Amino acid sequence: MDLNYTASQKAFREEVRSWLTENVPKEPLKSFDTEEGFRQHRAWEAKLNQGRWGMVTWPEELGGRGCNLIEWLIFEEEYYRSGAPLRVNQNGIFLLGPTLMEFGTEEQKARFLPMMATGEEVWAQGWSEPDAGSDMAAIRSKAERVGDHYVINGQKTWSTRAVWADWVFGIFRTDPESSRHKGLTFILVPLDAEGVSVRPIEQLDGLPGFAEIFFDDVKVPVENVLGGEGMGWHVAMSTAGFERGLMLRSPARFQETARRLLELYQENREQADLDPAIGEAVTRAYMDAEAYTLSTYMTASRLMQGDKIGPESSTNKIFWSELDQTMHETALSILGARAELWSHAPDAGAVGSWLDGFLFSQAGPIYAGTNEIQRNIIAERMLGMPRA
Amino acid sequence: MDFTFNEDQLMFHDSVQSFLTNEVTPEHIREQWTTRSGRSQPLWNQLAELGLTAVTVPENFGGLGMNEPDFLLIAEECGYAALPEPLVETVMVVVPLIASLGDEAHHFKEQWLPLIASGEARVAIQHSTNPLVADAHIADLLLLEESGSLYAVPTNEVELTENESVDPSRKLFSVQWRATAENCIATGEQAEQLWADALNRGALAVAAQQQGIARRVIDISVDYTFERKQFGKPVGSFQAVKHHMANVAVKIEFAKPVLYRAAYAVAHQLPDAARQVSHAKLVTSEAALLAAKNGIQVHGAMGYTWEVDLQIFMKRA
Ligand SMILES: Cc1cc2nc3c(=O)[nH]c(=O)nc-3n(C[C@H](O)[C@H](O)[C@H](O)COP(=O)(O)OP(=O)(O)OC[C@H]3O[C@@H](n4cnc5c(N)ncnc54)[C@H](O)[C@@H]3O)c2cc1C
Repeated sequence: MDLNYTASQKAFREEVRSWLTENVPKEPLKSFDTEEGFRQHRAWEAKLNQGRWGMVTWPEELGGRGCNLIEWLIFEEEYYRSGAPLRVNQNGIFLLGPTLMEFGTEEQKARFLPMMATGEEVWAQGWSEPDAGSDMAAIRSKAERVGDHYVINGQKTWSTRAVWADWVFGIFRTDPESSRHKGLTFILVPLDAEGVSVRPIEQLDGLPGFAEIFFDDVKVPVENVLGGEGMGWHVAMSTAGFERGLMLRSPARFQETARRLLELYQENREQADLDPAIGEAVTRAYMDAEAYTLSTYMTASRLMQGDKIGPESSTNKIFWSELDQTMHETALSILGARAELWSHAPDAGAVGSWLDGFLFSQAGPIYAGTNEIQRNIIAERMLGMPRA
Repeated sequence: MDFTFNEDQLMFHDSVQSFLTNEVTPEHIREQWTTRSGRSQPLWNQLAELGLTAVTVPENFGGLGMNEPDFLLIAEECGYAALPEPLVETVMVVVPLIASLGDEAHHFKEQWLPLIASGEARVAIQHSTNPLVADAHIADLLLLEESGSLYAVPTNEVELTENESVDPSRKLFSVQWRATAENCIATGEQAEQLWADALNRGALAVAAQQQGIARRVIDISVDYTFERKQFGKPVGSFQAVKHHMANVAVKIEFAKPVLYRAAYAVAHQLPDAARQVSHAKLVTSEAALLAAKNGIQVHGAMGYTWEVDLQIFMKRA
């Protein structure tokens, strides 16, 4: 064990920091759940990629830097600290990207990865269906093989950013006789294909952050299958593993929130100290964000030694989502009466963004597999408790 | 010691409850979001006809002269229904404040209290803990604070700027106005006492509504857990989902007596009223917040949308 950063890691941090200092937009971008904001974010992804900072863990020939996981974590810390915009294409770069590298053919990698890197193609994920939420194996959307095409019919729902995205990846039932986890295939579908329609769904903030996608005799070539027919569940689980395990929520995001929370507390001490629980909650947030960071560094070290992510990754999802909720609740308690104002209200000042964060934190225990399901996984697969 | 409500109180509650159930539906609330003022004059008139605007107005000013425990169950129902109109504020804060003014303000009381009781006039109020004034745009008169003094300013003499709240039913305004000797109605110790009482009553009004909101969120969410099936079963049959709702029920049960005691203390001006109201405000807010969180959670992604009625109540919490 050696918990110091190496000289080259320190140099890497310096390099990241100075590029970000020069290039991060001075004004915050609009929400990527608006059309204009989406365009702004796309442009930012392109700029990152020009600096070869878009996908630091990707190999150099794909525009990445071949960074290992520890370097990736360092990058993320600097990224959030600099106030850089959230990644509009996180589904692509953190979930589909690694999945393509593991299961994709050479042609698929060459076709999709560069476009993803430049932000020219933004991806949505299509797992959930109206009757298949927590029970994802209950999906019914069908893809029928006809010659060298699949013909897709069915519906996906809750697809984040599908309103403005270009492509969707998801699983479809290719064997009509099959049930549950069998007979599923992982397919990549362009959202502008004939027969695809997207209906925006307004989230708690009133913006169309996700959507329903309807497939009506949509034709996609067999080349769009990832990992082979019937392998859908296996490929999807690997993608979900990236999502829960490591890449989706790097600790930097929560460290940054904890730091901003501390700042907010210090600026409003008179008000905050009226309730001693607030001071404690701020300390707790700081400690928990640190614990999450350490735990991620530990997982990264293990993976670099050749280990694999197991069911303990479910503990991650619970930890960060609940931490995120309590940090935002604490911020709202500090703000008191100001907490209910939208950021654009004339009297909101600079604090309105806490409300957006609070609302979004309510989704954390739901997406990427609800926390109830994660607790079941922990109890059954990690602790070996009996199944209901 | 008796924590129960008498027959009159219960009957009044029942009639208001069925009125609110029929009139203040989620559809009505959503419709009001799309109107300019966000408020419904016909609904306000109906509330006045039921005698609700007159509840705490003293009898000699054309009211019913009732007290906080009489109105408590109704305030809870206003929360349950998420009534957008500022009824609870009027009954529990505005009217008692005007009624407590001294004899030198007799003329002012005589002018405003009967109008409020009959529903013809509406009054909005500010407090230094929150400079924004709810419902200033539909009020005829504003009660405002500056340097501890109390001012009554007609709304046509002020300038209003709207501030959008996360809850589209809340209409909040910052007010540009001038304090003058003519519109000052109380100063010094008297004003201080009036503002302290107003804060206390405001907190009690919120507490009662929070309790109603928490109950409503449970009702909506429990219904949903019957409808929604996963793994071939209603999601409500999963223990994890049941426990979320049960945990809220525990909070509500233990907030109830604390809330009742606070209303009693305010009505009887007990020396410990402020502490008891604080206790009530804390535990009911906790219940409502937990209800909102757990309600969203058992709805899954559905709970994160604008489409479900749950969000109406969650935003009030
Ligand atoms: C902001 C957001 C973004 C999302 N983005 C995407 C996306 O891009 N693509 C996509 O495909 N999906 C997306 N989702 C959907 C998400 O994956 C699902 O919401 C989630 O899997 C839960 O499914 P559900 O909403 O149908 O809830 P349900 O499955 O109906 O669950 C309802 C309640 O029952 C509980 N429950 C269900 N089964 C059990 C059980 N066996 N034991 C105990 N409790 C149980 C749940 O935990 C929950 O509390 C998103 C969701 C949100 C909120």
